[in-house]
Amino acid sequence: MKNYSVFDILGPVMIGPSSSHTAGAARLGKVAMSIAGKDFTSVTFYLHGSFAKTYRGHGTDRALVAGILGLNADDSRLRNSIEMASQRNIKINFVETDLGDEHPNTVKIVFKKKDGTEVEVTGSSIGGGNIIITKINEDNVEFTGTLPTLIVKHVDTKGMVSKITSELAKNEINIATMKVNRKGKGKEALTVIECDNVISSEVVEKLSKLEQVLSARFINPV
Amino acid sequence: MYNSGQELLRLANERGLRICDIVIENECELSEQPVEVIRNRMKEILKVMTEAANYGLERETKSVSGITGGDAKKVEEYRKKGRTLCGDAVLRAMARALSCSEVNAAMGRIVAAPTAGSNGIVPAVIITAAEVLEIDEEGIVDGLFTASGIGQIIAKNATVSGAEGGCQAECGSAAAMAAAAVVEMAGGTPEMALHAASIAIKNILGLVCDPIAGLVEAPCAKRNSSGSINALTSADLALAGVKSIIPFDEVVEAMYRVGKALPESLRETALGGLAATPTGIRLRKQILGE
Repeated sequence: MKNYSVFDILGPVMIGPSSSHTAGAARLGKVAMSIAGKDFTSVTFYLHGSFAKTYRGHGTDRALVAGILGLNADDSRLRNSIEMASQRNIKINFVETDLGDEHPNTVKIVFKKKDGTEVEVTGSSIGGGNIIITKINEDNVEFTGTLPTLIVKHVDTKGMVSKITSELAKNEINIATMKVNRKGKGKEALTVIECDNVISSEVVEKLSKLEQVLSARFINPV
Repeated sequence: MYNSGQELLRLANERGLRICDIVIENECELSEQPVEVIRNRMKEILKVMTEAANYGLERETKSVSGITGGDAKKVEEYRKKGRTLCGDAVLRAMARALSCSEVNAAMGRIVAAPTAGSNGIVPAVIITAAEVLEIDEEGIVDGLFTASGIGQIIAKNATVSGAEGGCQAECGSAAAMAAAAVVEMAGGTPEMALHAASIAIKNILGLVCDPIAGLVEAPCAKRNSSGSINALTSADLALAGVKSIIPFDEVVEAMYRVGKALPESLRETALGGLAATPTGIRLRKQILGE
């Protein structure tokens, strides 16, 4: 049985009308933006299931856009987010689609960056404002965005995990959960680490400069 | 930590404390935070609740879908005329509950209590009872901790989600939380608070979740209004010494089982109940552009 905090019961503070379709959607957008980075010029949201059916009435569209602009689920500017995006010259598209065997409240967010590249993030709003990120580009992942999260892309090679984790240990960072995936032996791998402590940009920088590391990104809890 | 109403009651009675005292103590332990930090955080919660409860009393709200809004103001204006059937306090609670629901549907800021769909009941009941009983902010904050304690036990042993247990799990839980809170605020014992919570759930056991077009609007707002009255009458019954024949933990268990027994069409899917009436279907088509 889960131990609920009083603020799980009286909370979250949020912009209505729905914790899953509005607050969760805003968090999905914000976590996706932390993964993709801020330098994007257009964003397309592929809405699946209940998201596709009810997004207008629940303000899911405005919440998602608020999220990618960096607003929190309790920010009252959320309802004007689409106008905010157009003022910042960010093109927004919504596509109702079928993403297959996914949670009913799932969205695939595709960011088009200034350099022409694309970043895809897929996640679901699983109730009460809680979310789960399930895919980054073609990599399957699983994290909730409630803890400081480190995403390291690297080459699948011996000792890689220990290099990353010892760097974290040196900086007094405790690991809560960890998941490693690879495309194949010796190919590209993705390590996602949820931590108890915030990771400084210096540590992220150091990690990204490790041999065989392709990129390192840190996501603050949302 | 307490896992049931009985455990909560034992902890309170052993040391002659109120439910809210035990809940605050537990929260301090769980979060490793001092009591002032926890109380201040709850004051912030109360601030958002109060704004949402008052906003719609003087302003015409409009939901995103356009099907609801403006009712809190109507009720408040009717109350001010002084000639009502239910009396001033009840009307104030009804208007506040509607206001919270309308703010939510209009994409304003609210506190999920325990959910967004049932967010009006706890604020409406606690703020109105505090006016009637002349209780200050600290007393209201105590009440919010009592309410949370009841909610913790329901969430732990049953559910507070409409998709899982129907409206009884959302508005029923909210009414139980509010009823127990105002019993303690009025000086009632922990036993009385649990009786009030039990009565509130029993009153709407089996209530389905059948939102029109799947939106948190209709019939949600009116069920928040009736839920707040359910809480107030349950609290008054308990304060008068009326007992729930079925103990709280068994009522929660029954609520959970009834929720599980509800067909999926009546658990927030908008496939049954009011959502499936000719008018419900017409509105859905109109709102979702089908």
